[in-house]
Amino acid sequence: MWLIPDPVVRFFHRMASPPHFYAFTERLMPWLTAVFVLLLGCGLYGGLILAPPDYQQGDSYRIIYIHVPAAWMSLFIYVVMAVTGAIGLIWRIKLAEIVMISSASIGAGFTFIALVTGSLWGKPMWGAWWVWDARLTSELILLFLYLGVIGLYGAIDDKRMASRAVAILALVGVVNIPIIHYSVEWWNTLHQGPTVTKLDKPSIHVTMLVPLLLMALAFKVYYLIAMIQHARVELLQRERNSQWVKNIAAGSAK
Amino acid sequence: MNWQEFFAMGGYGFYVWTAYGITFIVLVANVVVPIVQRKQFLRQQALKQQRQDL
Repeated sequence: MWLIPDPVVRFFHRMASPPHFYAFTERLMPWLTAVFVLLLGCGLYGGLILAPPDYQQGDSYRIIYIHVPAAWMSLFIYVVMAVTGAIGLIWRIKLAEIVMISSASIGAGFTFIALVTGSLWGKPMWGAWWVWDARLTSELILLFLYLGVIGLYGAIDDKRMASRAVAILALVGVVNIPIIHYSVEWWNTLHQGPTVTKLDKPSIHVTMLVPLLLMALAFKVYYLIAMIQHARVELLQRERNSQWVKNIAAGSAK
Repeated sequence: MNWQEFFAMGGYGFYVWTAYGITFIVLVANVVVPIVQRKQFLRQQALKQQRQDL
């Protein structure tokens, strides 16, 4: 462990302890909220007001500022879920299991947003709410994977066992992630190819790109906020018989 | 640019604002629901503990 500086190791050790996590996230929340509001405000102002209309799509393209970041988050959160699931399986770290399951409903939310905003963008531009295009279909499968994770977790009463089952499902489902990412290159279908991730020469103008990246950052911070809120409930429920939860419950009643 | 133009979104207002509206609802729900759940849970636990203490 000599590769990682000692304070970092100590930080993660402390965070893996439930009462520390609970207290630390409470103090962290106002800061995260402030950063989120700032990023969101700048992103929306840049995207909806400063950025010019698209030369082909007019103002309809402005859906991009939520559609693309939401789609990125839907993939990112799934990977987080699979990685924390693997950590939970291998090292049996309770907090990794909690981060995994707390991410699921937020990932499902972002996947839903990506699908619905894509549909609302597709209707005026493609003339159809939905097509069985490779990108759309694989993203729909991602939504089903998220819902499967949530359903499976709810169906098993022993939450440690439920976490193991869910982690395996999440890991198997990872195969879908590269399929979604490369679908626009492997299959020549209706959904357009990447415009942003061609980092050497992105085919999007900087006045449109900056708000998009700000929105992507805002959604990342939002994910942290929402995931932490879900994790705190999950943690209290799992540890309901331990003294620190009893103290918090007694303190909240006063 | 005036407000009317802004809301019209060059004729795509319905699509753009519906997309933003649905996004807003989903994002808010995913934060508010766990906060309400936590408060409920703590209230129930506190009641249970008070009963046990009697």
